[in-house]
Amino acid sequence: MKENIILKVKNLSVELQGEKILQNLSFEVREGEVLTILGPNGAGKTVLLKTLLGIFPYKGEIIWRKGVKIGYVPQRLPFIKNVPMTIEDFFRLKDIPEKDIRNILKEIGLVESSKKEIGKLSSGQFQRTLIGWALAKNPQVLLFDEPVTGIDIKGERTVYSLLDKLRKERNLTILLVTHDLSVIYKFSDFVICLNKVSVCQGKPKEILTPQSLQKLYGQEVKFYQHIH
Amino acid sequence: MEQVLLSLICGIFIGATAGYLGTLMLSKRMALVAGPLGHLALPGIALALIYGFDISLGAFPFVILGITLIWLFEIRTKLPMEALAAIVFASGVAIAFLFLPIEQAERALVGDITRVSFKETIFTAILCLLICSILKKIYPQIVLINISEDLAKAEKIDVKKYNFLYLGAIGLIVALGVKVVGGLLTAALVAIPASTSRNLSRNLFQYSFWAVFFGAISVVFGILFFRLTNLPAGPLIILMSALFFLISLIFKR
Repeated sequence: MKENIILKVKNLSVELQGEKILQNLSFEVREGEVLTILGPNGAGKTVLLKTLLGIFPYKGEIIWRKGVKIGYVPQRLPFIKNVPMTIEDFFRLKDIPEKDIRNILKEIGLVESSKKEIGKLSSGQFQRTLIGWALAKNPQVLLFDEPVTGIDIKGERTVYSLLDKLRKERNLTILLVTHDLSVIYKFSDFVICLNKVSVCQGKPKEILTPQSLQKLYGQEVKFYQHIH
Repeated sequence: MEQVLLSLICGIFIGATAGYLGTLMLSKRMALVAGPLGHLALPGIALALIYGFDISLGAFPFVILGITLIWLFEIRTKLPMEALAAIVFASGVAIAFLFLPIEQAERALVGDITRVSFKETIFTAILCLLICSILKKIYPQIVLINISEDLAKAEKIDVKKYNFLYLGAIGLIVALGVKVVGGLLTAALVAIPASTSRNLSRNLFQYSFWAVFFGAISVVFGILFFRLTNLPAGPLIILMSALFFLISLIFKR
């Protein structure tokens, strides 16, 4: 594997309960890169992340760099509210020293809320908790599955500025599922447009043309290119 | 007097352990599975009553059979867990009533903790301590699996292994529970103290603590009321437990 490549995927196909979810997907991820996976609902974005984690069976090749640790932020955790649990409790489910829990809570800005019940957090706080949880064992790679709904604009902004900060501090490689085109412009190095097969791949500005988005979503998508 | 003490010790151990286990089952909406398993234990209880051996020993193999069946059906069909549990549970009751001696029916259906022997009590206490220590060890992993199997798998947790230990603990508790409250009421032994605790707790420690507490004192009060009224102890224990649940609603956070 080339030196700075952390993940190589070749001809990946996933079939679940007889339905073809992903077909012949190939891409590479370099260390420190933010790769965004974009696509309509049902395109297989979440399935892709879960397959990379080793949760689903697949055909083709998924080669992670040896010894690489991966953190995972799931899209939603509906059952978490069934359990009375504080943020601290949630982190203690991981086998890590109390000192590390303190440190990570500091990093995500939730030290003061550590005794707050998970079910009572705002959606932004909850997202930050999930990100901190995923990073608690110091992984080199973060897989982030953005919730479809639920986070308000302000919460979303803080979530992404947090991700950006953590990425720089920890030299993280991030694989990101998002629907927010502005996030891609600001934050992402490489985009894969996915609709079961790879519709397009490349740098955000080269790839995200109205034509390719229309091809991806099957209808006109209005957006404005951010110029900073 | 000595008999009451034995009943109390035996009941407290089973009630507390069932309460602790209940906190895990509630979080996966699995609390009612203990019901069908208790019902399925009925043929085993019937055999134990006919041939005069320990009720829990009779119940255990049938409970294990029930867990295996529900687990197999779940893999084989796409029916929801509750439907499968209902099939298994009705069959258990039906089989039991083919040969359950009718004069023993009450003991089989609603239990009888007031007749336990010294040997039984010691055996029960040791088994409960063993179950508790296993539960304590697998607790974080099971909570994580209950929240999200995917998240647990991403953490490299061997989900099958932990589920196996967890189901084993459920089987043992149901087998012990039928001794206290019979085949009909075991689900309540697991579900009610945990629900009461859920109303009062704001963190995981409180959640287990209050479930253990209410599991134990429901048994204590149930047995005391049995002494006063001579009504069957099993139903009294469950009614006490339900009463505590109602009271907890007032303090619900």
